[in-house]
Amino acid sequence: MSASTLASQPPADAPLLAAHDLTRHYRVSRGYFRGHSTVRALDGVSFTLEQGRTLAVVGESGCGKSTLARQVTMVETPTAGKLRLAGIDVVDASADVRRQLRPQVQMVFQNPYASLNPRRTVGALLEEPLVIHRRGTQGERRAAAYAMLAKVGLRAEHYRRYPHMFSGGQRQRIAVARALMLGPRLVVADEPISALDVSIQAQVLNLLLDLQAELRIAYLFIAHNLQVVRHIADSVMVMYAGRAVEQGPKDAIFTDARHPYTRALLASTPSLRGRRRAEHPGPAAEPPSPLAHASGCAFRARCPRAVDRCAVEAPAMTAIGRVRVACHRAGEDG
Amino acid sequence: MKSASLVDIRGLRVEFGPTAHPFPAVDGVDLAIDAGEIVGLVGESGSGKSVTALALMGLVDFPGRVRADRLDFAGRDIRAMNAREQRALAGRGIAMIFQDPLASLDPCYTVGYQLEETIRLHGNAEERSSGAMRRARAVSLLREVEIPDPVARLRAFPHQLSGGMAQRVMIASAIAGRPQLLIADEPTTALDVTVQAQVLALLARLRAEHAMALLLITHDLAVVSETADRVVVMYAGQVMETGAVPDIFEAPLHPYTQALLDALPEHNLDRARLATIPGVVPGAYDRPAGCLLAPRCRYAVGRCHAQRPALEPVGSGRARCHFPLDARGRPTRGWEAERAAAITS
Repeated sequence: MSASTLASQPPADAPLLAAHDLTRHYRVSRGYFRGHSTVRALDGVSFTLEQGRTLAVVGESGCGKSTLARQVTMVETPTAGKLRLAGIDVVDASADVRRQLRPQVQMVFQNPYASLNPRRTVGALLEEPLVIHRRGTQGERRAAAYAMLAKVGLRAEHYRRYPHMFSGGQRQRIAVARALMLGPRLVVADEPISALDVSIQAQVLNLLLDLQAELRIAYLFIAHNLQVVRHIADSVMVMYAGRAVEQGPKDAIFTDARHPYTRALLASTPSLRGRRRAEHPGPAAEPPSPLAHASGCAFRARCPRAVDRCAVEAPAMTAIGRVRVACHRAGEDG
Repeated sequence: MKSASLVDIRGLRVEFGPTAHPFPAVDGVDLAIDAGEIVGLVGESGSGKSVTALALMGLVDFPGRVRADRLDFAGRDIRAMNAREQRALAGRGIAMIFQDPLASLDPCYTVGYQLEETIRLHGNAEERSSGAMRRARAVSLLREVEIPDPVARLRAFPHQLSGGMAQRVMIASAIAGRPQLLIADEPTTALDVTVQAQVLALLARLRAEHAMALLLITHDLAVVSETADRVVVMYAGQVMETGAVPDIFEAPLHPYTQALLDALPEHNLDRARLATIPGVVPGAYDRPAGCLLAPRCRYAVGRCHAQRPALEPVGSGRARCHFPLDARGRPTRGWEAERAAAITS
């Protein structure tokens, strides 16, 4: 398979990233005599993301956010469903096509203290993606690394330094620079600022926004801080137990959320203008075990509005107002 | 005077490193906590929040050196206590919970074993002598922190608990000695927002029911604004500002507090870019001679670089600034004149 076959495939108007019923199950051992069971980490998620836009994925730990990131970055192959990058099918693609697609999707991780190899210089870290994908000569790679340092607000003399010589915010700049070295069209950012200090978070968020405006990158932004999501996202997908429960444009999610889980998340988010804590403890209990496959709606055990129907029938995604929501009772109020 | 305070710290200084080139992790901190009060201790990493708490518990060991003009808990000088009294202080007088509950629990022992061990050390005389009493207390403690099915949970190992449940177990263990002060060091940073809300509500309820003071150490200003009665803002080992909630968030006195608030997305709802604080927190040996914030402060003038300000009463709070901010967020005390002079000269 060559680049020309790749170019001939995609329809011109395809969104940058389109997932349809994307599913990833893991088989886990429950002990020697008890056989296996299935973790439905990602259970039928659909969304699209356009060039230069930001989709925020929010939800509690174990809801499938990071599993989604592993499918989108092509580290794993989905169990079922479709995933298209610029119109090209990723799931059934040959190893050759996937290798050509991977540089277009890069990742920024949560903890820049763990994601940068302490034994390599910043220059070597930045050039490594180019070496792996056999791009350019040594001189060209070095020039690209220097140019990228300037782009993310670092100085030329940082090229020879090691990660331990940088502060957390600077390290995350290096991680962002490394993700951009291959000129990706999509960057998957998994909690990119939650490990940073408050005064540094703003610097890194501004950098991500500036780079998006300049390079028209799309972000799949995984986060739990809804205040940050509200600042950076164009659209939001709320996940619970491997499924999307509500998705829509940012304004609609923050002002007109329909799903009780989205409302609970919003109510739990601390705010400077917030009421005293004890008055709104948010949803009761904790997320369900990923091994439990309840019938009906996964959220019903914690849901203040659950009715008998919720135990029997899993709600389907339906459009209500400006959002798409999976809840039997979402249409009942204004 | 504030001698009635549960905690009364004046001029606390904690140094590490060689005596010739000491590194002051905490540099002249005053901190007072009244009985039953929730105090939020806010600051970026390396600002000295956790070291302040450790010094208060008497847990700063060699080679760390603790000095203070006053270091009192419940009217007694912590430094004057003997080893036995210090052990009783940490557990019965003051208890502490940490950011990562699963790192604080021993993975090899059940929840019940670890909880009963704490009760054996810090419980009342009856509990210390009777195993049945210890077990009953463990169950009631788990019930108190709202853990469902507490009898069954006693047999669980830490890896079988979720993060939120593990933090509840840590809280149960911390209140086992009926402390007068609970220090919570980033207690909810590792938790989901929904579970964070539950744990903060639990802490608020416990302090109300037990008249227990709470020192909440965090970098999350929104958490503090919803939970604390009073806030202490630290920067590079010093207290920059203290004040009551919500005054300190509505009209901060110190430019650092103002800049921290301005950097939050919540304060920038309709703006594309966030306001940032330029530069980084000064490191171990490169703290400026004048005001610690001067190199990063938007209002810094000549005096700020030359002379370190003292922590002084301003209005209802206290601020360490030559030109504390007024209600409109503008510097006062002749700042305009001083800056005009700097520009013309």
